[in-house]
Amino acid sequence: MPVSRRIVLHFPRRLVDRPIVYRLIKDYDLEFNILKASVTPEEEGLMVLELKGDQKDYDQGINYLNEAGVQIQALSQNVTRNEIRCTHCGACITICPTAAFELDKKTRVVAFDNDKCIACGLCIKSCPPRAMELHF
Amino acid sequence: MAKTIAEINDRISKGQAVVVTAEEIIDIVTEKGAEEAAREVDVVTTGTFGPMCSSGAFLNVGHTKPRIKLGGGEVYLNDVPAYTGIAAVDLFIGATAVPDDDPRNKAYPGDFNYGGGHVIEELVAGNDIRLTARAYGTDCYPRRRLETWINIADINEATLFNIRNAYQNYNVAVNLSDRTIYTYMGVLKPHLGNANYSTSGQLSPLFNDPLYKTLGIGTKILLGGGIGYIAWHGTQHNPAAPRLDNDVPRRPAGTLAVIGDLKQMKPEWLRGTSMLGYGTTITVCIGVPIPILNEEIVRYTAVRDRDIVAAIVDYSDVYPQGKPDVLGEIDYASLKSGQITVQGQEVPTASLSSYPKAVEIANLLKKWIKAGEFLLTEPVAPLPGVESGIRFKNLEDRPING
Ligand code: SF4
Ligand code: SF4
Repeated sequence: MPVSRRIVLHFPRRLVDRPIVYRLIKDYDLEFNILKASVTPEEEGLMVLELKGDQKDYDQGINYLNEAGVQIQALSQNVTRNEIRCTHCGACITICPTAAFELDKKTRVVAFDNDKCIACGLCIKSCPPRAMELHF
Repeated sequence: MAKTIAEINDRISKGQAVVVTAEEIIDIVTEKGAEEAAREVDVVTTGTFGPMCSSGAFLNVGHTKPRIKLGGGEVYLNDVPAYTGIAAVDLFIGATAVPDDDPRNKAYPGDFNYGGGHVIEELVAGNDIRLTARAYGTDCYPRRRLETWINIADINEATLFNIRNAYQNYNVAVNLSDRTIYTYMGVLKPHLGNANYSTSGQLSPLFNDPLYKTLGIGTKILLGGGIGYIAWHGTQHNPAAPRLDNDVPRRPAGTLAVIGDLKQMKPEWLRGTSMLGYGTTITVCIGVPIPILNEEIVRYTAVRDRDIVAAIVDYSDVYPQGKPDVLGEIDYASLKSGQITVQGQEVPTASLSSYPKAVEIANLLKKWIKAGEFLLTEPVAPLPGVESGIRFKNLEDRPING
């Protein structure tokens, strides 16, 4: 049965330079799309992938990633903003790896685009009034 | 043509005062010139809403039966320690206090989810606060333990008294090292990954009266969404900082000590705040009205972001080690553009102080004054100016057993 899933991969520092994704594709016959790749402030690698392939291959691929020490997170986690607590300071703008926050240059109001958010969680504790909330 | 505060107040009372914000005055002065603007405009309102650590509240919680002397004892408000070194039932809760069992930076970077700033926000919101206390007991104050709910509506006084707020200018913080650092200027990414600043620039109170010519001790202001007053110059007040030709300081300079009745303030304007890896604090709103007494004052209030500069400082080494070096100066218009160049590298910028909220504060104060609800006060004494010779000092260690 073919499946298509979006996942977020967190690579610990020691794995950042290793050819993990290459092996995932080669050994498990999965098709992939890189939706986003960046290095976080903790210098971990962060990658958002869309993986397509057979359910069996997909499961084995995920297994391989787990064993290699990559943390996997489904994209179903949701980050929302508590609009009452947000002061529109803008501190989150330079923290977010996917540019989910956008500053209106004129009003300086900070817009949050949930569609761009990959729920990496970095803004949660970096937001001074703690307006960003992670839901499981 | 000079005006007096009494004349301006007369116009405010009659609902005739012309009041504009420090943003709006810029175009007025550009279009009509300072002379005409000074004639037309009576008051310019300013605003700022940023984290300000030197903030706290004095509470008098009332006497219990039998009496307890909290003074000299131990008191916690929602597990956050309060200062008790004053009279029997007076307390001080400071914005940066954290519960004794908070792991702080043992689990680096510490979360600092709840502290004194949050207690103040909750008090103002009207939430019940858990007070737990231990006292040593005296003949006149025999009780030794107390556990009770308190509420701002029931206690005698709740006075916000912030010993240093509204810094006139502040550093732009960057990180030259190869690891992320967690500072009071926010999370700073390695290798000049970002630059954080904290001011409302052209709307900021002390940028609009750079030599403290109209504001002084006793000036009535908007504080925490209610009414407050300038009580004194703030700690670290440094009028001698180097200045530009327009008298605006190029480094952190003047500060304000402010006071007001917490009971009439609003929680949305006093926000408990957590700086990752640094500590808790409180985001405070301040709006100061500038009476347009003459042309000189109106010219000051027309200051634009591009006429104000701040120093770029490395927070990985220079700041913690107390070194004097700066990486350069940058104007606020560039900072607000979202990107600046430091050492040839493009660096994205972000603010810790909220500009949209500063606009809201300046507009709120404008509304109050226009409606005749807020009269201006004559300062009873000026703040120390450049001529005072006051300078910011460091503590030079004098080893005790040296
Ligand atoms: S850091 Fe928090 S308060 Fe500031 S703009 Fe972002 S979400 Fe809003
Ligand atoms: S969790 Fe926050 S920092 Fe991470 S992608 Fe979403 S908005 Fe950006």
